[in-house]
Amino acid sequence: MPEHPAARPEYVRAQVREQDFGVVRKPLGAWERIYSNGFVRKGLILAVLAGIWQIYGIYLNNPLLLPTFFATLLSFFERIVSGELPLKALTSIEVLLQGYAIGLVLALVFTIVAITTRIGNDLLETLTAMFNPLPAIALLPLALIWFGLGSPSIVFVLVHAVLWPVALNTHSGFQGVSGTLRMVGRNYGLSGVRYVWKILIPAAFPSILSGLKIGWAFAWRTLIAAELVFGTTSGSGGLGWFIYENKNTLDIPAVFAGLFTVILIGLLVESLIFRTVERHTVRRWGMHV
Amino acid sequence: MAPAQPLLQVDGVTLQYKTREHLVTATYRVSFDVHPSDRFVLLGPSGCGKSTLLKAVGGYIAPVEGRIRLKGRDVTRPGRDRVMVFQEFDQLLPWKTVRQNVMFALLESGTLAGRDAEERAMTYIDKVNLTRFADAYPHTLSGGMKQRVAIARGMAMEPDILLMDEPFAALDALTRRKMQDDLLQLWEGTGFTILFVTHSIPEAVRIGNRVLLLSPHPGQVWAELNSDGQDRVDPATGQRLSERIHDMLFAGHAVEEKAPPHA
Repeated sequence: MPEHPAARPEYVRAQVREQDFGVVRKPLGAWERIYSNGFVRKGLILAVLAGIWQIYGIYLNNPLLLPTFFATLLSFFERIVSGELPLKALTSIEVLLQGYAIGLVLALVFTIVAITTRIGNDLLETLTAMFNPLPAIALLPLALIWFGLGSPSIVFVLVHAVLWPVALNTHSGFQGVSGTLRMVGRNYGLSGVRYVWKILIPAAFPSILSGLKIGWAFAWRTLIAAELVFGTTSGSGGLGWFIYENKNTLDIPAVFAGLFTVILIGLLVESLIFRTVERHTVRRWGMHV
Repeated sequence: MAPAQPLLQVDGVTLQYKTREHLVTATYRVSFDVHPSDRFVLLGPSGCGKSTLLKAVGGYIAPVEGRIRLKGRDVTRPGRDRVMVFQEFDQLLPWKTVRQNVMFALLESGTLAGRDAEERAMTYIDKVNLTRFADAYPHTLSGGMKQRVAIARGMAMEPDILLMDEPFAALDALTRRKMQDDLLQLWEGTGFTILFVTHSIPEAVRIGNRVLLLSPHPGQVWAELNSDGQDRVDPATGQRLSERIHDMLFAGHAVEEKAPPHA
């Protein structure tokens, strides 16, 4: 037989009134507030890294191997003022947007076929399984044979880089739309394209957005790599070509400046465009995963 | 008064669905009539096919045998004359506010347009006491509030019949009780027809004026009982309605067999 716990007296306590507390709500100190800002903390990390780079660069004293942070920064601003970097960046982005747009449209067509027919579903699954692991850049030699030296080849490779991850994410997003929401849509008479547009796409938007992000990152990397491999057709190549060219003339600070630009554009798109979209959609709707 | 023409006639309906390995018969030759302003409850243990039956009335599943008619017309597909309210909280579109969710139904179904849709939406949002939350997104609402939005959305359509699939089952006991009272109050005001699925005997007794009992595997009609919502002791049997239903569902035999043998 279990032993009963010891009997204890009951009690009821009077509550302390609010105004008698020491602290109920008190603003945090200035330093605490500044430090709780993510940008400040990350900026601090960047500053420390730049400091290490600068010190090591000075210690190494070999601008051909590793120019200092300030030499790179100087070269970056010089190339921006001369208009060379903005032009190259623009060339790259132009090609990128073409490939990205075509890739997205194709991905949408593929996924709509895949959700409406079973054979379409099998087709998409087989194709994504085959092509998703294949690095887009590996298709460049073929693209050069098919489309020649020029931006069509790069666009082809970019489409390949964007299409599969976006299609895969969109498709799995569509499949994850709850049966309840589907039934709600049909209850109010939605079918066909209106059903896809008004129910499936918004309901799958978190997955679609992450597909768009992955697609963007793949496309950006692939583009720079493709430009490095075969440069340019006309006079003005993109950022990859800029890096390659300056390596050939041993202008290493400019090479670093080129890399810096690649990183910067990647960061800007991520933090300005995608974050903003995210804030106004999935975060607002409470759908972020 | 002569009995009115039934609004919904379910006549010998057998429903089947396929799983990966089996063809399952969910209900077998189920028949019942729902009259205007009924609060008709389908009650049964899990596996009696009551939800499947409701989906068939909703037009999502076609019967393999029998007919389902609403106002004399065969039900063939989902439509705005039969609006479903589900148990799941995710039946609201998360990318739309409360107001937009209710308006969405009215606009997409072509029931109303423009300002009329907004006015109707706000009328029903007001009926479920959510006017203050009209511009809130669903994820900021509690479970009970979400269900009230879903009910407002269904009622705003002013359908011939509101199909409710265990709408309160995912709520805590207190909220659930409150929602049942609210639903009855809404019904007092408008007298809309409800077909309500539940596996809770007390809920069936409270909500329904007519309770259809289904047996499990596959669902067959067991009994159709009247309820006044009070769960009073029946002087004839000395039992409450809920006790009677409980005995029928769980003792495994009909209540008539309880009478002394050879009586």
